[in-house]
Amino acid sequence: MKVAYWPGCVSRGFTPELHGSMEKVAPLLDIELVPLDRACCTGAGVIAEHSQELADSLNARTFALAQQVAGADLMMNICSTCQGAQGECQERLDASAEYRAHINENLAPEGLEYQAGIANKNFLWVLVEEIGLDNLKSMVKRPLTDLRVGPFYGCYIVRPTDRLGINAENPRDTYLEQVIETLGGTTVEYAGSQKCCGFPVITMNKQASLKQAGTHLADAQDADADCLVTPCPLCHLNLDLQQPLAGPVVGRSLQMPVLHLPQLVGLALGLSPKELGLNKHVVKPTAVVDWSTSVVGAVGAGAGGW
Amino acid sequence: MAEFKLKLRRYNPETGEAPYWQEHTVELEPHRSVLEAILQAKNNEDGSIGVRCSCKAAICGSCGVRVNGKPGLACHTHLDAALASAKDGETIVVEPMGNMPVIKDLIVDMDAVHWKKIQRVTPWLVNREPVPEREYIVPRESMVDVTQSMACIQCGACVSDCLSMEVDPLFIGPAALAKSYRFVGDPRDDMQQVRLKDLSEDPHGIYDCTHCFKCIEACPKGVAPMSQIMRLRRIAGNDHHIVDRNNGDRHERAFVSLIRDHGLLWEAELLPRSYGGDSWFGKFHPHAGKELLSSLPAITKALLRGKVTPMGALKPHDIPAKDLEQVQRIYKTVEEREERVEFNLYISGKDEDLLPSSTATEEASA
Repeated sequence: MKVAYWPGCVSRGFTPELHGSMEKVAPLLDIELVPLDRACCTGAGVIAEHSQELADSLNARTFALAQQVAGADLMMNICSTCQGAQGECQERLDASAEYRAHINENLAPEGLEYQAGIANKNFLWVLVEEIGLDNLKSMVKRPLTDLRVGPFYGCYIVRPTDRLGINAENPRDTYLEQVIETLGGTTVEYAGSQKCCGFPVITMNKQASLKQAGTHLADAQDADADCLVTPCPLCHLNLDLQQPLAGPVVGRSLQMPVLHLPQLVGLALGLSPKELGLNKHVVKPTAVVDWSTSVVGAVGAGAGGW
Repeated sequence: MAEFKLKLRRYNPETGEAPYWQEHTVELEPHRSVLEAILQAKNNEDGSIGVRCSCKAAICGSCGVRVNGKPGLACHTHLDAALASAKDGETIVVEPMGNMPVIKDLIVDMDAVHWKKIQRVTPWLVNREPVPEREYIVPRESMVDVTQSMACIQCGACVSDCLSMEVDPLFIGPAALAKSYRFVGDPRDDMQQVRLKDLSEDPHGIYDCTHCFKCIEACPKGVAPMSQIMRLRRIAGNDHHIVDRNNGDRHERAFVSLIRDHGLLWEAELLPRSYGGDSWFGKFHPHAGKELLSSLPAITKALLRGKVTPMGALKPHDIPAKDLEQVQRIYKTVEEREERVEFNLYISGKDEDLLPSSTATEEASA
């Protein structure tokens, strides 16, 4: 399948291993990525907080660019926050022809126009709804046997449920668990999987932000998770990059590797940890990967492997 | 009639005994409410079950509980819907709301948390002077704008699941901040500047919201407290030019300017500007230096692991020049407007609601 691909900002900034691993995994899943490199940031909710019209116009421009990609089945992103921020704008744009016309006027000088009803899906949704779990299962070369994985969704991709199209037909708030199991891993249940990582308040209330990240990481650690997996690079920043600071805030010694979703998929599809950028994480994924043999799995992964 | 399995969390702090779960089987029509199921168990099996309720019609806001882990009104949750969301597929689990101490079983202490926070925001209109002899005359639109926050029935469902309050109990919280917008948005109120300054400067005020959408999801009345908090931020920064000590306004401004200047986010520049101010010089402000120092353990590790390279961090990630021009033109068009254009679905509704369903489907597929 061919997708108009929106990688987002952070996946090319502070978490380059996310965009990198997506590019490695896509061909194995037969996804052709057409990058939307002319598009700008979704605003991550912050531009909308400043000006709703500005956020709606910038995202309408991105949608219009995606709609120009010939032969694309849909638009795909790899960031929960992008999904939520774009989804919020799309909901308003699709709701009213009058409002849409107003926003389209802001795009008119360059001849761009957003037509209502674009399909925009996070990689997680694409995996389950477009590629299909049975299909995915048949592609697994190295099942994640014995790997205990805690799902961490990111707020923007689980709430609000009606805007995100989460319902009995598409239980998108269970997809991470389904993907983990399909790849041969074991899902770890813990309290924080659908809570906030704390990233949005890191500059405003650092203590509260790190307490959120630290609590979820500690909960996962107590539930014997080997690692977490997330479809959101902003969550990854707070859970991985900030982990050395989060531990002391909750009074715990934390050592919880956090994987990006394409990395977890890539490991199961046979890619090497290094190709997937697993060596770039702040918290070494020692429990996930035995570096000396590139064998995935919690069992037998020596602490000195890296 | 159908049978439903109900699992209630029982707890009486006065006894000194630990909380426990109690199961009941009730017989009711599937369209009846969880509240009726609780009351049937109370009437037929155990009169000591503590539950607070009054109107049974989603008006009074008394029966806020968690059903299968999600907050809402027990009287507004149908048994068939509750069964559908049961984790094990057959047991409807009812617990007291979170973030508030339990008085008994399903009754939480609203006074200790919810009402205290409501009182915190001066929840009444302070008359704009001079007070007219007859009624105030205000534009209709300005009152329509605050109807969403006026729809609140004080049930506490949003407070129950607020993730900021979970880690910072002093956070003023979604219900009280939505209530505050009810007056900030009201043209008759005389204290808008004071209210906004207060809520911006309070370390547990509008900038303490972590944007998790929990309150939007929880509210049985569509108040969308988080959206009201974002309105408060928008008005505080844009209209009242309040630069708060919590970095809230600086962060927003830095973010918006960086996208205008580069098209994509430049994280290494955003952080120091959020602390030091929205310019290239922001990073030299003492506040930015202090923050840099406290983040050194994370930064050092990121550099050592090759996650962030010094060059990668120091260089902005620009979109192509021609596209950046387009983005900047859009910024200019929007920022030059005299009045903000906002579209609130709660008030406007969706086009398709006005159309017969077949037409709406045709339009969507076209």
